[in-house]
Amino acid sequence: MQMPSPDTAVLINKEHILARLRAVLPADCVIDDERETKAYECDALSAYRCPPLAVVLPRTTEEVAAVLKTCYDLSVPVVPRGSGTSLAGGALPTEDSVILGVSRLNAVLETDYDNRFIRVQTGRTNLSVSGAVEENGFFYAPDPSSQLACAIAGNIAMNSGGAHCLKYGVTSNNLMGVRMVSMEGEILDIGGAHLDAEGLDLLGVICGSEGQFGVVTEATLRILHKPEGARPVLIGFDSNEVAGACVSDIIKAGVLPVAIEFMDRPCIRATDDFSGAGYPDCEALLIIEVEGSDDEIKEQLDKITKIARTHNPVELREAGSAEEAARIWLGRKSAFGAMGQLNDYMCLDGTIPVTELPYVLRRIGEMSREFGLDVGNVFHAGDGNMHPLILYNANKPGDLETCEAFGAEILKLCVEVGGCLTGEHGVGIEKRDLMDFQFNAEDLEAQMRIKDVFDPKWLLNPAKVFPLKHTEDRRKNRVQFAAHAAE
Amino acid sequence: MQTFFKEEQLHVPDFKRSNEILRACVHCGFCTATCPTYQVLGDELDSPRGRIYLIKDMLEQGRTPDAATVKHIDRCLSCLACMTTCPSGVHYMHLVDHARAYIEENYKRPLSDRFLRFVLAAILPYPMRFRLAMFAAKLSRPILRRFPDARIRAMADMVPKTIPPVSRNDDAQSFASKGVRKKRVALMTGCAQKALNTDINDATIRLLTRLGCEVVVAEGQGCCGALTHHMGKTDQSHKFAQTNLSVWGKEIHSKGLDAIIINTSGCGTTIKDYGHMFRDTNLAEDAKTVSARAMDITEFLMTLDVPESQTKSIKVAYHAACSLQHGQQVKTHPKTLLKAFGFDVVEPQDAHLCCGSAGTYNLLQPEISTALKERKVKTLMATKPDVIAAGNIGCMMQIGSAAEVPVVHTVELLDWATGGPVPAAVSHCGWSKIQ
Ligand SMILES: Cc1cc2nc3c(=O)[nH]c(=O)nc-3n(C[C@H](O)[C@H](O)[C@H](O)COP(=O)(O)OP(=O)(O)OC[C@H]3O[C@@H](n4cnc5c(N)ncnc54)[C@H](O)[C@@H]3O)c2cc1C
Ligand code: SF4
Ligand code: SF4
Repeated sequence: MQMPSPDTAVLINKEHILARLRAVLPADCVIDDERETKAYECDALSAYRCPPLAVVLPRTTEEVAAVLKTCYDLSVPVVPRGSGTSLAGGALPTEDSVILGVSRLNAVLETDYDNRFIRVQTGRTNLSVSGAVEENGFFYAPDPSSQLACAIAGNIAMNSGGAHCLKYGVTSNNLMGVRMVSMEGEILDIGGAHLDAEGLDLLGVICGSEGQFGVVTEATLRILHKPEGARPVLIGFDSNEVAGACVSDIIKAGVLPVAIEFMDRPCIRATDDFSGAGYPDCEALLIIEVEGSDDEIKEQLDKITKIARTHNPVELREAGSAEEAARIWLGRKSAFGAMGQLNDYMCLDGTIPVTELPYVLRRIGEMSREFGLDVGNVFHAGDGNMHPLILYNANKPGDLETCEAFGAEILKLCVEVGGCLTGEHGVGIEKRDLMDFQFNAEDLEAQMRIKDVFDPKWLLNPAKVFPLKHTEDRRKNRVQFAAHAAE
Repeated sequence: MQTFFKEEQLHVPDFKRSNEILRACVHCGFCTATCPTYQVLGDELDSPRGRIYLIKDMLEQGRTPDAATVKHIDRCLSCLACMTTCPSGVHYMHLVDHARAYIEENYKRPLSDRFLRFVLAAILPYPMRFRLAMFAAKLSRPILRRFPDARIRAMADMVPKTIPPVSRNDDAQSFASKGVRKKRVALMTGCAQKALNTDINDATIRLLTRLGCEVVVAEGQGCCGALTHHMGKTDQSHKFAQTNLSVWGKEIHSKGLDAIIINTSGCGTTIKDYGHMFRDTNLAEDAKTVSARAMDITEFLMTLDVPESQTKSIKVAYHAACSLQHGQQVKTHPKTLLKAFGFDVVEPQDAHLCCGSAGTYNLLQPEISTALKERKVKTLMATKPDVIAAGNIGCMMQIGSAAEVPVVHTVELLDWATGGPVPAAVSHCGWSKIQ
C-alpha cells in the first residue's frame, strides 16, 4: 500500500512535540518508546503497518482538546483510535503521526429510560453500552460482530452496522448527538437527546467521516426496549447461489426479519467447534432471526420457511432454547476470528442489491479459482452487505499482492452491479484507491472541500479515504505548515 | 499475522511453537475486552493483543528484552481470560510462558526485583519455609508496613491473622474409602496452600473417602512448579514437576490411580500442561500420563454418583478462579455441584474478570492487584451472599482480605453438605443461620 513519505519537519521536531504533549497530559498518557509504539502500528487489518511517532491516551475531553490544539499548532498529523478493530486500516498510523486513543474515555455519563437515550464517552465498547442498560430491559441496537471489543468512537467514525441492523438500522440511525473536538482544539456539541437537531444535519456529516473531521469524545445514543422474544432459525442449502436466491426472495416478499446472516462451508466449519452451535452440514447456511411475541414469531417464521422450502433446503431448524440461540450467534460473531485458524485473511466489505446475490456469489467463486486463493463468505445478507474473506498466506511472498488484486476485482464487481465499495467497515486505507472507481473527480472534490472546512491543514487521519493523487496539493500545503511550525 | 522469524530460530522448539501461535492470531482485538489489566489501565500494551505484539517483536529480533516490554509482560496476570475469548484458538499461555522464560534468561532485572523474586521462589514452594517466613513477617509487620516498596507492604499484609498448625493429613499416607472402594486417587496437597489453610485438604479427604475413594498422599510430592514457572524460572519449575512425575508415576505403575485430584486450581492448570512442558524430553510419555489423570476436584466429583442433598437456604456467591474457568475451562461443574448439594448459587457481574491474586501477582504488582480486588469484592457483595466460595486458595485469601462474609473453598461446602463439619471460616464468624 502506497503511503506518502513522512513529513521530515515533524520527524526532526519529535523531541519538542513530545515535550509539548507531556506539558498538557499526565505522564502515563504519552507513549514514545519505540518498542511500545510498535504495538500500535496497525489495527485489525494487520497487513498494513507503520509505527507512529507517539501514542497519547488522554482521560478527558479537555485533554483531547489540549492534544489536538498542540498538534494543530505544531502541524502534526493525528490518527484517532478507538479499539483498533477496523478492518479497513482506518486507524493505521503514519510515521509522522500521533495516535490519539480514546480507550480510557469509557464512562457512562447519563441514562434516561423515559426518553430512551444513553450518553457515553466514546471509548466505551459497543457491547458494554447494552450492558449498562440491560438490567432495565433496554439495549443499544447496532451490533457489529466485533461488538465485544470495538468502541462507540470507531462505530461512529465507520457508521458501523451489524447482524440486527436489517431492522434497526446502522449507527447513523441510532446516534442522536456527539461531543467532538476539532483539530484546532475547539469542543463542539452537535445534536443531542432530541430527534432532529436545529440547523444543518451536521451529525449526518460526522457519522461515517472516518476520523477526518474531528475527534468524537462523547455520544448520545438511542436505546430501545428489548423485544419480547427472539428466535433464530438455521436454514442450510447445497450451494451459495441457492442461499443467495432465497435471501432475495424473502426480501422481495416484504418480510423483514431482524437479521439474515449468511455463512458458507469454510466459515461454518471454522466456527462450529469454537461455538458448539451445531450448524448443519451444508454448503451455505442462513441464520434468520425474528422477534416479537410468540404469535408474531410464529407468523413470520411460517412465511420465511414457506419461501425457504421452495429452494429445497437441506436442513431447517429453529433454535430450541435461549442457550442454543446464544451459541448460534456466538459462532456467527466469531466467524472472522475463527477463519484465522485456517489462514491469514483479508476481509472485504462491498454492498450490492440483494437481487444480485446469486450472481455475485457465483462470480466470486469463479474468481477464487482464477486467482488461486480460497474465499470464505460470511455476511449480512439481508442488507446485501458482502464480506468475502480472501484467505492467503502472509508469510508467502507475493500472496498479499494477489489477494489485494483479487479484492479489488470483487469490489469493482460490487460497484458494477449497482452497489458500492463499503457497507460498514469504511474506506480507510484499504479502499482508498478504489474511490476513483465509484466517484468522479467532482464528487471527490466536493467531499474534500468539507474536509477543508473541518481540517484546513489536513492533519486528521492522513492518507485515508481519498486517493493520494487527489490530495497531493492539499498535502503539500500541510508540509509547508509543518516546516513553518518547526522553525 | 505475518511473522518474521529466522529459519534457524524455527528449529528451536519453543520458538517454533511461538511462531505457530502468532500465525494464528488475526489481530482482531476481541481479547482486549476481557483482559483485566486492560480494563484497569486502558493501554493496549497492557492487553493481550499488545503483549502478543511486544512478545512477537522481542522473539523475532532475538534481542535482549527491554524494560518496557518486561514491564508489560510482568503486568500480565496469566489469568487466561484472553484464551477463553479468542475465536482463533491462540494459545496465549504457551506464548507468555516462553516470553517469561526468555526474559528470565536474557534480562537483568534491577537488584530489588531480583532479590524479591529470589526470595519468593525460595520460600513459597516450600511449606515449612513459608510457614517460618510468615511467623517472621508477622513479628516484624509494623516495620515492614513502613517500607517504601509497595511490594514489601503487600507481603506484610498478606500474612493471615492466624497461621494454622501443620495438618498430619498432609503427611504421606493412604486414607481408606468409607464402604466399598470405587476409585483410587492421589491428592495433590499443594505447597503454599497447606501452610495457609489446612481445612481444604482435610475437607477434600473426608469428602472423597465418604464417596468411596481411597485417597493417597504420595510420598515425596511437592510444589507443582507453577509459582516459579510464572516467574520464568523454568529450570526450577521443571525440577518440581519432575519430582511429581516420578512420585505419581510410581503410584500409577504400582497400585494404579484413577485420577490425580487437585483442589488448588492454579496448580491444576500447570499439572495439566506437564505434557506440553516435557514434550521434547525422555519424560514425554510419563508427563502425558500424569497430565491426562490430573483433574480438578469438581471435575472428578462429576464422575461419581453424588447423593442428592436437601436444600439449605444458604446463598453462595461462586467466584470462578481464572485457573479454573479459563486455564482449565472448568466452568459449570462447581456451580452444578453446589446446586445439587442444596445451595442457592449466585454469580457476580463480570465473573470472567480476575480477582487480582494470580499466584505471586498480588505481591509483585500490588496496585493493579488491589484495583482488581476492589472490583471483584464489590460485585460479589452486590449479590448479597451468605458466603463466598472459590476453588483456589489464592483467590480465597485475596477476596477474604476485603469481603464482609466468610470465604471458603467449594469442597468445604460440599463436605459440610454431606455430613462434614461446618467450614471453619463459617463457624468462626458466628453466623446465625447455622447455629
Ligand atoms: C472480527 C471483526 C468483525 C467485525 N464485524 C463488523 C461488523 O459486523 N460490522 C461493522 O460495521 N464492522 C465490523 N468490524 C469492523 C470494526 O469493528 C468497526 O469498523 C468498528 O466500528 C471499529 O471500531 P474501533 O473502536 O475498533 O475503531 P478503530 O479501529 O480504532 O478506528 C476506526 C476508525 O475510526 C476512527 N476513529 C476512532 N476513534 C475516533 C474518534 N474518537 N473520533 C473520530 N474518529 C475516530 C479511526 O481513525 C478509524 O478511521 C469487524 C471487525 C473485526 C475485527
Ligand atoms: S482475540 Fe485471538 S486472534 Fe484476536 S487479537 Fe486476541 S489473540 Fe489475536
Ligand atoms: S492472561 Fe489475563 S492479564 Fe494476561 S493478557 Fe490474557 S487476559 Fe490479560
